[in-house]
Amino acid sequence: MSHIEHTNDLDHADRAPGDTPVDGHEGAEGLGTYLIGLGLAALLTVVSFYIARTDLVWQPSIPVALAVLAIAQMGVHLVFFLHITTGPDNVNNVMALAFGVLIVLLIITGSLWIMYHLNHNMMPMEQIMQMQR
Amino acid sequence: MSAFDAAAPYPARPQWGDRPSAAAHASELLSKRIVVGYGFWIFLLSDIVMFSTFFATYAVLVGETAGGPSGAELFDLRNTAIETACLLLSSFTCGIASIGAQTRRGSWFYGAMTVTFVFGAAFIFLEAREFADLVAQGAGPTRSAFLSAFFTLVGCHGLHVTAGLLWLLTMMAQVFAKGYRADILRRMLCFSLFWHALDIIWVALFTVVYLMGVAA
Repeated sequence: MSHIEHTNDLDHADRAPGDTPVDGHEGAEGLGTYLIGLGLAALLTVVSFYIARTDLVWQPSIPVALAVLAIAQMGVHLVFFLHITTGPDNVNNVMALAFGVLIVLLIITGSLWIMYHLNHNMMPMEQIMQMQR
Repeated sequence: MSAFDAAAPYPARPQWGDRPSAAAHASELLSKRIVVGYGFWIFLLSDIVMFSTFFATYAVLVGETAGGPSGAELFDLRNTAIETACLLLSSFTCGIASIGAQTRRGSWFYGAMTVTFVFGAAFIFLEAREFADLVAQGAGPTRSAFLSAFFTLVGCHGLHVTAGLLWLLTMMAQVFAKGYRADILRRMLCFSLFWHALDIIWVALFTVVYLMGVAA
């Protein structure tokens, strides 16, 4: 009877973040996941370092390309190393991640936005220094 | 193969038997592992939020060099590339170590943990050398607001890696002394989460600080 209860529980069971999907006997499948992740991450890293110093592309596009590559690599790390998936056993992990990303974006864009406008509206530093004399 | 085996991500091990009490025990361990992992995931996300404040500070102050050297003059991308390779490979070997722990294969676990430690220590060594070089050039954290923000951001990540290395050693010692117990495996899960998260932060860090610093 308790057996059946627990079966129902486990139908809705979550998976802990970072838990490797190995079945306790074979590690080969889990190792494959890490190998794919390593390959993709290495590829993205190499491209990032190459793009940063190349003259082949339009220069103002480089920071944008670097940001895109970095976000892609963070996604690779999340999926292949931390095993965050879109599966139903991962909803809680994804929701927590989404909230974290929201806060991070608010902090970074908010700070940059406000400080940019402050810089614009402030008098040049030399004039402030002279006023303080 | 019962319904329990099909539904559980971790099927009960054969020696636990098929009795209801054993199944209840297995499910209790399973749910505890999920709760612990989830709680640590929340901690890691809050740690990432803390890093985002340092990133925001750095981005605001990156131009305020006070007449001192800028990132383009200071950063050595070759060093950064080696650091990045060390951390990425250590993240990979940490994954192998967690497979080794779960499948109770000592050679995988101890071997991969040792390699992880070596790569992590190499990362810390390279970073410490870089910091010492900068300070010796007169580009220490007191030189300009840009350098204060740089040392705070990169140094905070370095401190996290150092703490991770100490944790790594204690994990090896705990597995050695106590074996692959459920509570030890939960700590190992948290450690691997921590180590992978450090690598994610480093991805943002080498892009924003080093690559954009040199490209801009």
